[in-house]
Formats: sequence, C-alpha cells, structure tokens
Amino acid sequence: MKQILTVANKEFHDGLRNRWLVSITLIFALLSIGLTYFGAAASGAVGVTSLSTTVASLASLAVFLIPLIALLLSYDSFVGEQESGTLLLLLTYPLSKSQLLLGKFIGQGAIIALATLLGFGASAVLLYFQLGDVNILNAFGLFIISAILLGLSFTAISYLISLSVSEKSKAAGFALITWFLFALAFDLALLALLVGVEEGVTQQGLTQLMMLNPTDIFRLVNLAGLESSDVNGALAVAINASLSQTQLFSALVAWVIFPLTLAIFIFKKKKL
Amino acid sequence: MNTPLVSLVEAGKAYGQLDALSAMTMSLNEGEVLGLFGHNGAGKTTMMKLILGVISPSAGSVTVMGMAPDSKEAWHCRSKVGYLPENVSFYEQLTGLEVLTYFAKLKGFSKKQAIDLLEQVGITYAMKRQVKTYSKGMRQRLGLAQAFIGEPKLLLLDEPTVGLDPIATRDFYKTVDQLKSNGSSVILCSHVLPGVEQHIDRAMILSSGKLLAMGTLSELRQQAALPVVIKPSGLNGAVAQDSKLNGFLTNDCQNTLMVPEHEKLSVLKQLLSLNGLDDIHVESANLEQVYQHFLLKHEQTNGGQG
Repeated sequence: MKQILTVANKEFHDGLRNRWLVSITLIFALLSIGLTYFGAAASGAVGVTSLSTTVASLASLAVFLIPLIALLLSYDSFVGEQESGTLLLLLTYPLSKSQLLLGKFIGQGAIIALATLLGFGASAVLLYFQLGDVNILNAFGLFIISAILLGLSFTAISYLISLSVSEKSKAAGFALITWFLFALAFDLALLALLVGVEEGVTQQGLTQLMMLNPTDIFRLVNLAGLESSDVNGALAVAINASLSQTQLFSALVAWVIFPLTLAIFIFKKKKL
Repeated sequence: MNTPLVSLVEAGKAYGQLDALSAMTMSLNEGEVLGLFGHNGAGKTTMMKLILGVISPSAGSVTVMGMAPDSKEAWHCRSKVGYLPENVSFYEQLTGLEVLTYFAKLKGFSKKQAIDLLEQVGITYAMKRQVKTYSKGMRQRLGLAQAFIGEPKLLLLDEPTVGLDPIATRDFYKTVDQLKSNGSSVILCSHVLPGVEQHIDRAMILSSGKLLAMGTLSELRQQAALPVVIKPSGLNGAVAQDSKLNGFLTNDCQNTLMVPEHEKLSVLKQLLSLNGLDDIHVESANLEQVYQHFLLKHEQTNGGQG
C-alpha cells in the first residue's frame, strides 16, 4: 500500500506541476459557468435558466471533453516511461506491476476527479446561490460523480493503449482514434442502425448496445432524469426504455474496473 | 565456503528464434567485482535482466541470494539490489532531489538518505534544479546515486562510466572499491575497457549470447597466451647477437621482444645481466588485447564452421 501511495503521490504532483489540474479545472469552470448563464442565449434570454437545460448542455459538452482530457493526460503513462528507461528501472524495485499501475491510476485519477469536482462544482454553487433550490445540488451531484467515473474509465482505457504500443507517438494516435470511436462514431453507427435497418434493433437492444460505450452510459445517467424536451436523437428512444440509475452507475463503474483489470493483465504479460 | 550471491546454471533466454543468452553458467561471490564485457547485443543486458528478475530464464536456473529473482519470495531482496540501466533518462521535469527521493521512498528510505547520496556523488549543488538542465555527466551521477540507495548487497551497473569526465570516473571507481570493501558485490557491464581492469576481480567475455571466457585477468592472459612486450634500451644490438634472445625479436621493430608469459622472468634476468642496459619497459597484455583475442578466436571458429 505504501508503494502505491508513493507512486500516486508522484503522479499527482506531476499533474500539479504540469498545470494539468489548473487547466482542466479552469476549462470546466469556464464552460459550466458560461453554459449556466448563457445556455439559453439562443432563445433570447440571458441569465440562469432551467436546471434541466443547464445539466443537459453541460453533459453534452462534458461527454466530448472529459474522455479527450483523460486520454491526453494518461496516454504516455507507460510507453513514456518505457521510452525513457525508467519503467525497467522501477520494475527492479520492490514494486509490483499492479502496484505501479494502481499508483498511477490513483494519482492521475485524483487529478481528473479533483478538476471535475472543482470545475463543475463552481457552477453548482453559483446556481444554488441564484436559485436556492436543493434539487440543484442533487442533479449536479449525480452529474459530477458520473463525470468523474467517465474520466476514470478513460484513464484506464488510456493505460490499455499505453501498455499495448511501443512508441509514444503511436499511443497518441491510438488515443485519438479511441476518442473518436467512443465519442462520435459509436453514436453515429447506432443511429444508422436505428434508422437504416427496419426492425433491426429493439428499444431494449439499443439500450443494451449503449452499455458498450461509457460515454453513452454517461449521457443516459444525466439525461434520463430530465424532461424529454431537452433530449433528442437515439438517446430519446433509449431513455424511454430506461434502466435505473443504480444499473447505469454500476455499468459505469464496470467500465472503470474492467479496463483497469485488463491493463494489469496486459502489463503482467508485457515483455521488457 | 559461503554460497555464492549470484549463480547461473545453464541459464538461457530466448526471444522467439533468437537466443539472447544460451547456457550461461557463472557465479559471483560476496565482495567480488565482476566485469562483464561484450559488444552490443552480446547478451550483457539480458543477463542483467535475468539476475534482476525482470525476465524469467527460458532454460536453466538463476539464483540470487538463495532465491529465484523472479519469484515472489525474492521480493524483499529487491531493496538490497541496485541497478543502473544503460541510457536511462529520469523524469526531466522533476528536480534531482525529487527524482532521488521518489526512488528512495520506493525502496523504503527517506529524503534524508537521498540528500546524503546526492552529496556522495557530488551533485548537491544542483539538486534543486530540474533534471532537464543536467549535463550527461550529472545525469549519470544521479543514476549512480539511485543505484547506491540503501547500500545494496548487489550492484549491477550498465555502462556506468559513459559520459563521466576523468575525475568523476575516478570518484566512481573509488566508490566501487569502497562498496566492495563493505562486502557488496558488483557487476560492471561495459564495452569501454581501459581503466576498469584495476577494479575488477574477474572478467567475463560474452559474444552473441555465449560465454567466451571467464576468469581473473591473469587467468585470461594465460588462456589467451598473449606475449609480454619487453622493450630494453641502450643495448645497441646485443639482443640480436644473443642466440636465445633474438628468437623473441619482432620483425618490424629492432628493440622489441615478444616473450611468452612463462618465459618472462628468465628473459628479464638475462636482459638485466647485459651491460649497457639503461632502461627497460615491460608490458603485459592488457584487458583490451585479451578481449580482442577472444573475440577474434570466436569469429575464426565461427567462420570455420560457416
């Protein structure tokens, strides 16, 4: 445990030193405060608008940003250390591969989690003071927890990439492709399936397919509870056959644990 | 007789079709310094990785401190092993002190020990600076400090003197001698040969995964049967007239005798008895020549087979 914390501490401080924490927090805070105030600008109103609109717009932005940031933060975690030779050196220390991996995960995960909490928390606090509604804290609480899980999931996925390639530049390329597949292409494919193939997929089947993509689970968590007027596309269909929040959160947690376990497995098989 | 600290029995490592190391048998005792020599790709690093337990042997067995280094039982022994990899570049954005503190903590030591070690390798003045501002020599010193964490029983150093200036090299060998007198064993891996011979007890010469020769320097010299070069001066052709001595004369140089090791003393005695001798220079084959000899022999036998 001490070893894990030593690694986690180092990774966390790396995140602070490289200004990752500050920049992610700032991006999230600016976005969320901006959306809170100007989210309804298109309909001619400036100022705090309805809660569901705000969370819906935040979620649809976060679903692109968070995976991208998590992948950027962690894609070179292992391949970078492999290239500089420190990975081999670390493994001659009394430090197991799973300890190293978990330590990195805790350190970098803490950066993402803290940035999400501070950045989006800022607009939650702002909205709360403006509207004085306790529901805000509930809705934002759910949003922030699911956003953190989404970030952790993509951190674990980026470890898979980082452990499977031998060059940093390749890892960067794969990270970009991964982001594109999960955040954009997957939904397009689902939509095509839904529209193009008649009777091809049931509502139930669609929701199950969505479980294969952590970004879709994140969308479901945050949009399912809202008035359906704010939601459209494939999601609206899925929401009607909605799973319970507990099931959705379990699926998100599974999307953290599964890639992480797989990463440990790959790491143990990896030749040095 | 104590059990050796490290022993390899018929140990081999193959990567697919490639035999990186084949049937290696060797042992290293406590307080012994072993030089490991060979060209790039000779299997030096593979052998180090086997001893470190980072990879497992595909044949034979490796034992370090009485245990297989890749096993779970050997876990606690790892803090007693120091390793300096070849071409390691530490976390550039951290300061020297931060890097060393990180590694010290992973071995269960504190920041204070890290500072002491930085002082030992002489880069205390730069410990608050980022590693990216370090010169090659300073990085190498930092790497050495890292390998010295916790006064290891066993040190494996891959090209430790690359990039060090002569003074730093001297300091480094002084540290090795000191560790040796404290009972630590050291494996020095190198292809830079001059200067290393006074500091090693035994040498191992590897080529393409095979052991070519192992032994103390004088044993190796004997095996190689390289002649001793003797250069007397002031004799004015007396050597050429002596029927016994002129057999040793080289063709191209009038004043140089190439004498087999076992006849060195008798030839020297004879030379000393000659009148007019004002100086004499005796040079045994050095490690570099021994190394060249074994490599050349290996290439010739391989060439004959192929």
